[in-house]
Amino acid sequence: MSIDRFPVEAGHIALFARAIGDPNPAYYGALSGEEPVPAPPTFAQASAQFDPDYFLRPKIGQPWFGSGREATGVKRDSGGGGGGGGGGGGGLHAEQHFEYHRPLRAGDVLTGTTQPGNTWEKQGRRGGKLIFSESVTEYRDQKGELVITARGVGVRTETVVQQEA
Amino acid sequence: MASVKEGDTRSLVLTEDLTRTQIVQYAGASGDYNPLHTDDKFTKEIAGYPGVFAHGMLTMGMTGRVLTDWFGAEGLLSYGVRFVKQVFPGDALTATATVTSVHDGVAELSVETVNQAGEPVVTGTAKARVE
Repeated sequence: MSIDRFPVEAGHIALFARAIGDPNPAYYGALSGEEPVPAPPTFAQASAQFDPDYFLRPKIGQPWFGSGREATGVKRDSGGGGGGGGGGGGGLHAEQHFEYHRPLRAGDVLTGTTQPGNTWEKQGRRGGKLIFSESVTEYRDQKGELVITARGVGVRTETVVQQEA
Repeated sequence: MASVKEGDTRSLVLTEDLTRTQIVQYAGASGDYNPLHTDDKFTKEIAGYPGVFAHGMLTMGMTGRVLTDWFGAEGLLSYGVRFVKQVFPGDALTATATVTSVHDGVAELSVETVNQAGEPVVTGTAKARVE
C-alpha cells in the first residue's frame, strides 16, 4: 500500500475533530481562520481517503460488499491492507501506535509508504487460531522528512475467514 | 507545556451514549467505510455480530482528547493502544490518563478507556513533552 499524495486540509481536520467529538478550537481553524491548524493525534488514519486502492471504500461503478437489496452485494475480498497501517484484510483492528516526529498541520502534504511487519499466531479463547499481522506506515512531508510512523496490527480468525471466503 | 509528576492523573467523559450517527460521522471523516460499523443488515446477517460497532480508531481518536486537553494538540511524541473490547452504540465511555514517569522533559503515560460496566475497551501508552 502506498499513498502518493495526502494533502492535510483544515476542513478535513474540522470534520475529523467533529467525528471524534473533540471541541478543541485549534482544530476548527477552517471556520475561525485561526492558524496553524494542528491535526488530532489519530488523523493520519484518514490517509485512507487518499489511498486509491483502499479496500474499505466503495469504488465508483464496482460492486460493494455491504448491503443493498441483499445483505451483501459481493463476496468480500480478504486481500489488501488497511489505510494508515490499519486493520488489514478480513479482520479486526487489534492495535494501533503512532510516533510523532514533528506536529502534523494543515498545509502539509504527505506521502505514505507501508511495509508489512511481523505475523504471529495465538490460540483463540473459543477455539480457532488468531492470526495477527503488523504493518508499518511512514508518513513523510514535501521535503521527505519523516512526520509520523504508524504501526497497525490486524487480527483475523481462521473461522471467520472461511465463512467469508 | 504542562508540568506534571508521576502519579498525576486525569479523566474525561468521552460520551454518555455513543450514537450510530457518530460512527457514521467517523466513517465519513476517516474514510473507513467497513460495513461492520454502519450497516446493521450486513453486520448481523453476513458477519454474525449482534449489530454495528464503533471503529477501534473512533475510540482511540476520542480517547486522544484526554491527552491533547492536557498536553496540547501538538504536545504528543507517541500514542498507541490495544483494542481490547468492542464498543457498541449506546455505550458510555470514560478515558483516564496517568503519568507513569517523567524524565528529560518527557512524561510517559498509561491510557485507558472504560465502558459503562467499567470494562476497558482500549488500553495504551503515550509520551508527551513536558516542562
